[in-house]
Amino acid sequence: MPLKRRLVQAGRHAAIILFGMLMLYPVLWLILSSFKPNHLIFTSSSLIPTSFTLDHFVNGWKGLQGVSFGRFFGNSALISVMSVLGNVISCSLAAYAFSRLKFKFKGLWFSIMLVTIMLPYHVTLVPQYILYNELHWINTYFPLILPKWLAQDSFFILLMVQFIRGIPRELDESATIDGCGQSQIFFRIVVPLLVPALITTAIFTFIWSWDDFFSQMIYLSKIDLFTVQLGIRSLFDPSGQSDWGALLAMSTLSLLPVTIIFLVFQRYFLEGIATTGLK
Amino acid sequence: MKKLSKPLYGQQNMTAYLFLLPWLIGLFCLTLGPMVASLYLSLTKFNLLSSPTWTGLSNYVQIFTEDDTFRRSLGLTFYYVFLSVPLRLAFALLVAMALNKGIRGLGLYRTVYYIPSLLGGSVAIAIVWRQIFEGSGLVNQFLSWFGITGPAWIAHPDYVVYTIVTLSVWQFGSAMVIFLAGLKQIPADLYEASDVDGAGKLRQFFGITLPMLSPVIFFNLIMSMINSFQAFTPAYVIGDGRGGPLDATMFYTLYLYLKGFSFFDMGYASALAWIMLVIIGVFTAIVFLTSKFWVFYGDNQEGR
Repeated sequence: MPLKRRLVQAGRHAAIILFGMLMLYPVLWLILSSFKPNHLIFTSSSLIPTSFTLDHFVNGWKGLQGVSFGRFFGNSALISVMSVLGNVISCSLAAYAFSRLKFKFKGLWFSIMLVTIMLPYHVTLVPQYILYNELHWINTYFPLILPKWLAQDSFFILLMVQFIRGIPRELDESATIDGCGQSQIFFRIVVPLLVPALITTAIFTFIWSWDDFFSQMIYLSKIDLFTVQLGIRSLFDPSGQSDWGALLAMSTLSLLPVTIIFLVFQRYFLEGIATTGLK
Repeated sequence: MKKLSKPLYGQQNMTAYLFLLPWLIGLFCLTLGPMVASLYLSLTKFNLLSSPTWTGLSNYVQIFTEDDTFRRSLGLTFYYVFLSVPLRLAFALLVAMALNKGIRGLGLYRTVYYIPSLLGGSVAIAIVWRQIFEGSGLVNQFLSWFGITGPAWIAHPDYVVYTIVTLSVWQFGSAMVIFLAGLKQIPADLYEASDVDGAGKLRQFFGITLPMLSPVIFFNLIMSMINSFQAFTPAYVIGDGRGGPLDATMFYTLYLYLKGFSFFDMGYASALAWIMLVIIGVFTAIVFLTSKFWVFYGDNQEGR
């Protein structure tokens, strides 16, 4: 009996591993192909490079029209970091008001906030573009960053509201007796206890901003403002004339920041998805 | 609320609105205002250069009576949503159940299966995907081992949509993580009791697992559906960026983008956006309304 159970268990592991490898194959193919010399990328069926080169990384890094990929990475990093700061600050402020303070029309504002979570981005797209165009903000990063500082990713407000509701009210009350005002309660009591929710928000905001393609493409057309996603899309020529080595090398690098953040914060990350259903 | 003395209430009112200020500014300037503006623009012709001219419902009339591309892009998007969402959720549930068997190394497996969801939204992966499904790509090389000559997945208008569907199904990891959390909540004694009653695995799945998991399925279904209706990057990168071949990658969002930002027909694009809002709203409402027939909240059912 134990032998049979062990066999079943082994079979199950084998199936899970095999299917897992199939899942990872495209990613592995991308990474390993970026080290293969050009003539082997599409002809060699072996996943492991038979000969090894770093040329693609050197060539790819040179970028487009004299603007290097270093610039694109810097731009993406700037946008992502500013978005993270904006979301963390503005969403936590709003969440505190919704979960702890009493004010007029609270119910109304709260339901509006809930509805905006489901609103497709496209309904506000055209007027927002016109607005930014009037402000001469096309080809700046404001259209990509400002919405985060104005807490427009309502999902994170809801996430933090749920989290703050789990913090015992007695803490606030005793702080009030000790003479703390609302802003002191927020900064000294709520924010330190809110850190896990803030980290979840930060990780997701970073990854979504890094991978965002649609709005970057709409608002950025000058090459020195390009992000990593735009850079890669420009290296890629659908008619088939791409420098595949460089393209694959830069694609591999583009996945690095997201992967590193995931691996470092894995615990928060997977728990965040499981409990809140983000993404 | 009556217990609070007037000045205190007033004070909290002020403080609360200060905390809410960034969100409120954003709500009016970036959400509500633009929504009203886009509804108005949808009733005009507007090319960004001259001022909008009022044309009443003519954009909508044109969309519904003359616009073949609209019809095709809407049909394609429905096809994509109805194919990819159930498949993605089915894979997610299946793998979650396999991983929920108290397997050693769960953390590692969970990570491996989650990685596609993590990276799949990027342009890099969309390009890789395109390359893998290319006529001489890995998929067809693999098929040729079995003597099958695969079609030109990307170039053929009948098949390119399946390439995009597989990319979307491949990213079942995030739904799987949510399912895993849901499966852990199901009390083990339910299964033990049904074992005693002699219920088979299949009975247990339909009698215990599915009903107990239905709130999570409901959640995953809503989120998956709303996201899939808005898919853009895979269609843009795997197709030629203009909807080709033969409009086979002309997803609704891509059509909206092209109308608005290639042809600068801003009024028309706004009308398309409002139609999309209504469609997503209707589908969400249908799922919500039918949910009372298939979503069970266990012991709390009476309380709700």
